[in-house]
Amino acid sequence: MRRFESPWMNPKLFCGAGLLLAIVALGIIGRLFWNLDLAYTGAAPLKLPPVGFENLRGQEGAWTYPIGTDGSGRDLLALIVIGAPNSLFVGLLASLIGMSLGIFLGFSAGFIGGRTDDIIRVLSDVMITIPPLLILVVVQSAWGDVSLTMMALLIAGFVWQSPTRLIRAQVLSMKQSGYVQMARLSGASTMHIMFREMLPNLVPYLFGSFIANVTTSIVTAVGLEVLGLGPQRIPTLGRTIYEAINAGALIQNLWWWWGIPTLLLGLMFIGLLLINLGLDEVSNPRLRKLQ
Amino acid sequence: MGRIPRSYLLNRVVTLLITVWIAATLIWIIPRLSPVDPADIMLGRMAAGAGAVENADQILAQLRENFGLNDPLVVQYVKYIRNVVTFDFGLSTATFPTQVSTLIARALPWTVGLMLLSVIITFFIGNALGALMAWDRSPKLVRVAIPVAMVFTSIPPILSGLLLMWLLAAKLRWFPLTGAYGLTVEPGWTWGFVQSVIHHGFLPALSIVIVTFGFWALGMRGLMITVQGEDYVTLAKAKGLRPRYILYRYMIRNAILPQITAFALKIGLLVAGQVLVERIFAYNGMGKLLYDAILDQDFPVIQGVSFVIILMTAVSVFLVDLVYPFVDPRIRHDGVET
Repeated sequence: MRRFESPWMNPKLFCGAGLLLAIVALGIIGRLFWNLDLAYTGAAPLKLPPVGFENLRGQEGAWTYPIGTDGSGRDLLALIVIGAPNSLFVGLLASLIGMSLGIFLGFSAGFIGGRTDDIIRVLSDVMITIPPLLILVVVQSAWGDVSLTMMALLIAGFVWQSPTRLIRAQVLSMKQSGYVQMARLSGASTMHIMFREMLPNLVPYLFGSFIANVTTSIVTAVGLEVLGLGPQRIPTLGRTIYEAINAGALIQNLWWWWGIPTLLLGLMFIGLLLINLGLDEVSNPRLRKLQ
Repeated sequence: MGRIPRSYLLNRVVTLLITVWIAATLIWIIPRLSPVDPADIMLGRMAAGAGAVENADQILAQLRENFGLNDPLVVQYVKYIRNVVTFDFGLSTATFPTQVSTLIARALPWTVGLMLLSVIITFFIGNALGALMAWDRSPKLVRVAIPVAMVFTSIPPILSGLLLMWLLAAKLRWFPLTGAYGLTVEPGWTWGFVQSVIHHGFLPALSIVIVTFGFWALGMRGLMITVQGEDYVTLAKAKGLRPRYILYRYMIRNAILPQITAFALKIGLLVAGQVLVERIFAYNGMGKLLYDAILDQDFPVIQGVSFVIILMTAVSVFLVDLVYPFVDPRIRHDGVET
């Protein structure tokens, strides 16, 4: 009886979540079993290729540094074990804060209406056209080094607009719907209507918007790192790519140095995409295949 | 304005002005909230980089003037807004005493050119592909493109840029690695220069196109599927109109409308993505200017570039919004025309 199966059990959602969990697992297992001191400058020979390859100087990869080393003698495996979960962390935290802000503002705008609605609507219309990267570049060049959490907070200031708009639109249309009118007539409080009656219906949309924001946040964070901003003392995938480009890794054919962080970021984005597609199937029954 | 309703136009103009004002204000406030004195940091880094700084007093005085440590805040703010309106961002500290606006004017055509080129290409490729993906008469092979387009869309242009750069420039040497034109050609309207520009611009444009056409294609496909079920399409088929005619005049014409609105929201991300692509390709546009300014801690340039890019984004969104009533005749009836 297929039609009783939960739409949440779809393969896209699982594959996507699996990919992201694999990256988290890489961080956890790596921290347990790999020597992270190798992420310090000069801990390993320079520019060593991954196992099974040879670099331009004819050196072969060694199992002590299985996926190679960078131009200042850091083990790449140690770098990505620390860096990959960091990128994901920034994305999740920024998106979570942005989402909470968005839920709050969207509900306020849709429910209270009037002047409040005008202000919130104009503000989100305005902020959605400003690319976060450019403002953050100004922030970071004026403030100097930032921590990972600080960067996430800064990005969060730019990812509340789309959930706000989404929720506002949904709230406005739901307000007219029968069950909300019913709840109001039966004397339910505004809070009750907002969180018990309306919010559950918004969950798939909220998840979708959340995941889209995680992607935007990670893209912004990586962008900052590739411009040489972002946290200076913590390894991140973006910073590793930044160093590789600056050291001319492309010309010297040190593909593993920039390639492995790039690949990991690519997998991260594909994982997020799959989750989003899976969520689409949850919120839009027409997309589900009839089998 | 004839065809654009006045209330709609007014609404868009106000949004544009507020956007620009908020961006300018943010850029002004941020350094003032900073716990460190940017002027000192900058001069310190310049001194550390060069060993000694010529005209240190002058630069420091100019920096302090820029960050306004002499006037009351309100006066500073009014002065700043007046300067911004006239595109006067002061002098660059790295290439002192060049005007920031001169540097920006030099970089802007490259960025705008690259952006227009890649947007136009993606618009046509993406929408055509999307329409074909949903059209029941197109070859089955086109459907294979769906998952490919999806995967590409999820990747930011900086990653595709790196991969293309490595494959086509470093490995195969089909295209130059960096720059906007060859070192040996003299800029000017000569065939050699134009050729060099096209050759150098190909990879940056391709890395943007390859990750953005999917956005159009997938959106188009979704909308086409909805449009396909509409009564007017069934009627057109029943009337025996040619399938191609139905595709262009009935289906694509209607499906393209929401695409344009969706695009307006994407412009910001697109611009930011291009800044990064320009940075990795060392393409002579705003991205490279911004990156160099970050390296040199050239704060006036960072401010100026950020503002101009945000302005560019806001104006693009505004223009897209203005085009919309022309494409969608329904919106014209909303405004009160007297």
